[in-house]
Amino acid sequence: MTKRNAHETTEPAIVRWLLIATALVFLALFLALPLAAVFSQAFEKGLGVYLETLKEPDTLSSIKLTLITAAVSVPLNLFFGVTAAWAIAKFSFPGKNLLITLIDLPFSVSPVISGLIFVLIFGLQGWLGPWLQSHDIKIVFAVPGIILATIFVTFPFVARELIPLMEAQGKEEEEAALVLGASGLQTFFLVTLPNIKWGLIYGVILCNARAMGEFGAVSVVSGHIRGMTNTVPLHVEILYNEYNNTAAFAVASLLAFLALITLVVKTIAEWKVRQQLEH
Amino acid sequence: MNIFKHQNNVLPGFGPTLGFTVFYLSLIVLIPLSALVFRTAGLTWGEFIATVTAPRVLASYKVTFGAAIIAATINAFFGVLVAWVLVRYRFPGRRIIDALVDLPFALPTAVAGITLATIYSANGWVGRFLEPHGIKIAFTPVGIVLAMTFIGLPFVVRTVQPVIEEIEVELEEAAVCLGANRWQTLQRVIFPMLLPSILTGFALAFARAVGEYGSIIFIAGNMPMVSEITPLLIITKLEQFDYQGATAIACVMLLTSFMMLLVINLLQKWSRRYAE
Repeated sequence: MTKRNAHETTEPAIVRWLLIATALVFLALFLALPLAAVFSQAFEKGLGVYLETLKEPDTLSSIKLTLITAAVSVPLNLFFGVTAAWAIAKFSFPGKNLLITLIDLPFSVSPVISGLIFVLIFGLQGWLGPWLQSHDIKIVFAVPGIILATIFVTFPFVARELIPLMEAQGKEEEEAALVLGASGLQTFFLVTLPNIKWGLIYGVILCNARAMGEFGAVSVVSGHIRGMTNTVPLHVEILYNEYNNTAAFAVASLLAFLALITLVVKTIAEWKVRQQLEH
Repeated sequence: MNIFKHQNNVLPGFGPTLGFTVFYLSLIVLIPLSALVFRTAGLTWGEFIATVTAPRVLASYKVTFGAAIIAATINAFFGVLVAWVLVRYRFPGRRIIDALVDLPFALPTAVAGITLATIYSANGWVGRFLEPHGIKIAFTPVGIVLAMTFIGLPFVVRTVQPVIEEIEVELEEAAVCLGANRWQTLQRVIFPMLLPSILTGFALAFARAVGEYGSIIFIAGNMPMVSEITPLLIITKLEQFDYQGATAIACVMLLTSFMMLLVINLLQKWSRRYAE
């Protein structure tokens, strides 16, 4: 009878292997194959051509712009994420659920619309367009627009990671620190921050991946000016549309590397957060 | 305001953090999004309806929503399978595969787009085997479904996976003791528990697919009336300086996303009922 029980709470071996095989074929086709294709196409003409492509001035300037964009938008959203999580997770107030829904909003908006809204405000025909033009300030089809659109699409990442984590951790430790005479900032940096460290890293790495990889929203606001308003993903598009396949994939492979690093850090952070919550 | 006074809480910083949260949220998200609604309000009702129901626009809805439903269905099926295999079975490489499931979240959409287009074009790795049989994927609506399946892949896996982890073996044992065979247990005990999370994952994958742009445009062929997705149509209108047209169509898409958000919230409430 015990033998029958063990048998009946799992599937027969043949079914198990069939299911595993089907899942693996599906994932190989959709995940492993594209990943392999990026690198194979990138190195098609050898390492020399690959490195040559990456040294092109247009490529370098697109890398620079992508780094600048991430360097501005990630810290801003990090600061926002921490403050929002502090207010939402440690205090109770009416309208909390509405606030959480609103913070998540950029995730459910199409990237194209995320770019469009900034064109509607800052573009020539936009609300502030005439005023900006008379003061000679360019936002749309320039770097500030790219940064704004990137901040918008990466807006929720840190906050949505920290809110549930800080709610789960409660506020007893912070209360104890305050009772023992720590100041508010001391409490945050010495008690809260070490507790949320891995959740924070998780949110930041995903935020960064999206900031560096965003295509749709940035494409709408950038104006595609080569060497000026081209981020790395936009540069990939230009090279690809010029039928310069090897170059397009060489630049794309940088983003694929970034994606792999992101997955590694994310997996470690996820594991650490789980470990912490189980304690 | 009483709510700020009656906090039974010694922690500091509620006022400034909530204040900054609301300020930054308004500045970055709410005010820009409201621009879309106000811009649309500049159109008369008749103009608005005429714009958003023009034949080319209607065709783009059909392509976008149709492909998104098919892609989300494929993801629902394979997502449950992958989640089940990852949680219940042990095999070499399981952890690496588990981590790799999130690739579509991490890989920039433009990279996914050119890669899928290359693999499935006539002389690509997969395309060259399909082409002789008359099967065309790249530059057809099938390509759109493929790209949407790729970008929606993690959603169902990641919503269903934790639910399978939480299922207590006792439940399955109870079903066996009551005389159920394995298939009956799966069908009558396990599946009903997974259903809310499957639907949540389906809705998330669908919502993502409808708004997706980067990974699709490279593989879609972008032929008006046939393989043109709505987000691309918005960009086309914008490039022709038809701001009103772009805004009106964007408004329809935004309303759809809000409705999806509502559905997803309700589904999540429903799935939480099982968690308790």
